[in-house]
Amino acid sequence: MLVMSVLVFVGVYAIGDPVEILISPEADQIERERAIRALGLDLPLWQQYLVFLKNALHGDLGRSFVFNEPALKLILDRMPATLELAFGATFVALLVGLPLGLYAGLRPNGALARGIMAGSILGFSLPTFWVGLMLIMVFAVQLGWLPSTGRGDTVDVLGTRWSFLTWDGLRHLAMPAFNLALFKISLVIRLTRAGVREAMLMDYVKFARAKGLHPSRIVLVHVLKNIMIPVITVVGLEFGGTIAFSVVTESIFAWPGMGKLIIDSINVLDRPVIVAYLMLIVLMFIVINLLVDLTYTALDPRVRLEGRT
Amino acid sequence: MGECAWMARGCAAAALVLAGFATASGQSLTLGVGAPVTSLDPHYHQLSPNTAVAEMVFGALTQTDAKARIIPDLAESWRAIDETTWEFRLRRGVRFHNGSDFAADDVAFTLERVPSVPNSPSSYAIYTRPIREVQILDPYTIRFRTAAPYPLMPRDIAQVKMLDRQTHAQATTEQFNAGVMAIGTGPFRVSSHRNGERIEFERFDGYYGTQPHWQRATLRMITNDAARTAALLAGDVDIIDQVPTSDLAKLRTDQRLSVAEVTGLRIIFLSFDHSRVEATPFVTDNDGKPISPNPLKDQRVRRALSLAIDRAAITERIMEGSAIPSAQFLPESGFGYVQALNPAKADPEAARRLLAEAGFPQGFRITLHGPNDRYPNDSRIIQAVGQMWTRIGVRTTIEAQPWATFISRAARQDLSSFLIGWGTSGEGTNPLRNLVATFDRDKGYGASNRGRYSNPRVDALTDAAMREIDDPKREAIIREATIIAMDDTAIAPLHIQRNAWAMRRGLALDARVDELTRAQDVTPTGPAR
Repeated sequence: MLVMSVLVFVGVYAIGDPVEILISPEADQIERERAIRALGLDLPLWQQYLVFLKNALHGDLGRSFVFNEPALKLILDRMPATLELAFGATFVALLVGLPLGLYAGLRPNGALARGIMAGSILGFSLPTFWVGLMLIMVFAVQLGWLPSTGRGDTVDVLGTRWSFLTWDGLRHLAMPAFNLALFKISLVIRLTRAGVREAMLMDYVKFARAKGLHPSRIVLVHVLKNIMIPVITVVGLEFGGTIAFSVVTESIFAWPGMGKLIIDSINVLDRPVIVAYLMLIVLMFIVINLLVDLTYTALDPRVRLEGRT
Repeated sequence: MGECAWMARGCAAAALVLAGFATASGQSLTLGVGAPVTSLDPHYHQLSPNTAVAEMVFGALTQTDAKARIIPDLAESWRAIDETTWEFRLRRGVRFHNGSDFAADDVAFTLERVPSVPNSPSSYAIYTRPIREVQILDPYTIRFRTAAPYPLMPRDIAQVKMLDRQTHAQATTEQFNAGVMAIGTGPFRVSSHRNGERIEFERFDGYYGTQPHWQRATLRMITNDAARTAALLAGDVDIIDQVPTSDLAKLRTDQRLSVAEVTGLRIIFLSFDHSRVEATPFVTDNDGKPISPNPLKDQRVRRALSLAIDRAAITERIMEGSAIPSAQFLPESGFGYVQALNPAKADPEAARRLLAEAGFPQGFRITLHGPNDRYPNDSRIIQAVGQMWTRIGVRTTIEAQPWATFISRAARQDLSSFLIGWGTSGEGTNPLRNLVATFDRDKGYGASNRGRYSNPRVDALTDAAMREIDDPKREAIIREATIIAMDDTAIAPLHIQRNAWAMRRGLALDARVDELTRAQDVTPTGPAR
């Protein structure tokens, strides 16, 4: 996390000057100097970094240049929106991808299975940007079934606002979540199918069939558990990536999440927000990796966490 | 049979609910804007979207109408008592949203608060700094003493939104953003604010001016161009601003929509490097060696580069009619516009002759810089200009960069020639002072004169204009300075952008030249929907 903060400081400094971007064109030189001092940008870079570190140790990751609110608060305010999107997309991906992948794996030579695989190619090759706009054009403009952009009505739970608990919120969530899920669905389908095809040839499946177990129990209990490891790994990584970088979907759908905040902050060089955000993301990826590792042990008894025998 | 009846009842209920929504929405307006609002504190960050919302919620002593003319707002009248004193007479019976009265003491408080807002990236102090002393004669009369003659007082004070001493004495920017302190004298009050996403307004029934038509208004920030247009087409918003030029043609012919356009105040121009007497970094001879002295310091070279540009082609084909060619800072309605100064037709032959006269019969090489994500079609414009220059022998390389990187380089005088824009206030001293007056920190001149152009005659005239209280005299001085600067090709103006809004049919907009989108400017036409 320390390395990340240094990288961001140096990177933003190299790109340009936040004051030049934020200042009104009407401002005269005296005003510019005042703004530079107000934002702490008159100090040499290493001194600015030390000020940042000192405050960070107290839990203060700086105030946004643009909004004048604590950077961390800005990000955490937007986190529920992005989490909804990420969870929604993952949920849809698993809900749609697992059954389709299972089917394609169990009857690999059927017409439907081939169709599913061809569809999955589309899923990961079509650009998110284009798919998002197409979804808006078809479902919002032409058919009018779903709202085109934005987040729906929210309900206050434990101090944060969640929109998936309202019908209006779900309607707004549908298209962006699906847009994000498309890529994941394809991944899950292909992984599941590969896993199923491999697992069906394994000895334990033959043994289970010989024992007389019902086919659905064989598939849903034994095979599924064994193929989940690669699926969980990928879903976990993707989940982290979605939370951190769902910029395109959030921009198109005007979804007020963290992805949109980060790209807007990068465009105006709002350094405190960029630093805080990227440090948070590093932390998040570490946590997700840990959770994925823990899930391995739950799924596959052969895997042990390092250090144990 | 039972199922059909159930379905019929369900449909009827749904129809009733929808009908209810239809009549309710007749009083509410949803605006989709392309630039996000960063703060509801009217003294925090000088930015167009913030100004637009501030004009909905707050009031100022004066305001600008759709044509950028000064009209009374919280002040009924004003006059210059002498060269350094302005007197404003305030409107009586004005109340803030919370019932508090507006009086001269609130004006004094506001002027104290403006320079003291912490951490402002671009404060409004530039408008209050010239005021040395505030004199309250009575609760509805106030006088400002300025250090030097300040003819722009009525215009500049329109930018300073008035707050209430009783309510806002300890108000922080965060409290404004939370909506709690967003209490003003304007036609709307803020009912909720979701940062970067939407702001909900309600009509303030105690407003002293013309009541807006809408009981409720929602401002939604949709920065992606295509999504904003789609939202309008889907009916999710009633009106959008910053219509992308590529969609204009289609939207103009769409029967469900109407488009409002007006010539704006933003001039797009090319800047030249006047700061270097020796070689400038991005101009080389045809073999790639730097040329000394700097060719861009020669007026003939600059004039040739300007003559080579076919402004009509750029505005017709690249801007698709959403700009008008220009040879000066202001549009025709601007204060200080020079009638005789029209954009010249492109004349590559004359340009070549001028270049040969200046000592460059074989031309030279140049790199033209510009942003690629700031102004409509900015990267395409510089590509076109590059082709036009190459045609007269000035082989041009184009470099278009994101605004963040580009503006920092331009501000450090790293570049030789670049494309940039400037939004004038409609008053001629504004571009003179900021763009072509010699860079002078103490006078506050030339803050955006990134090419560092310097002409003593222009400076003298700008000084005189900044001190001339008499309007016609000031306009004459501005015109003279403009003619000199344009003759000298200090900058090469390209065009002035037109502002476009698209809305569903049944709405009309009082389109503003300063690009602001405010709910009170939208009215229904015909029967209310």
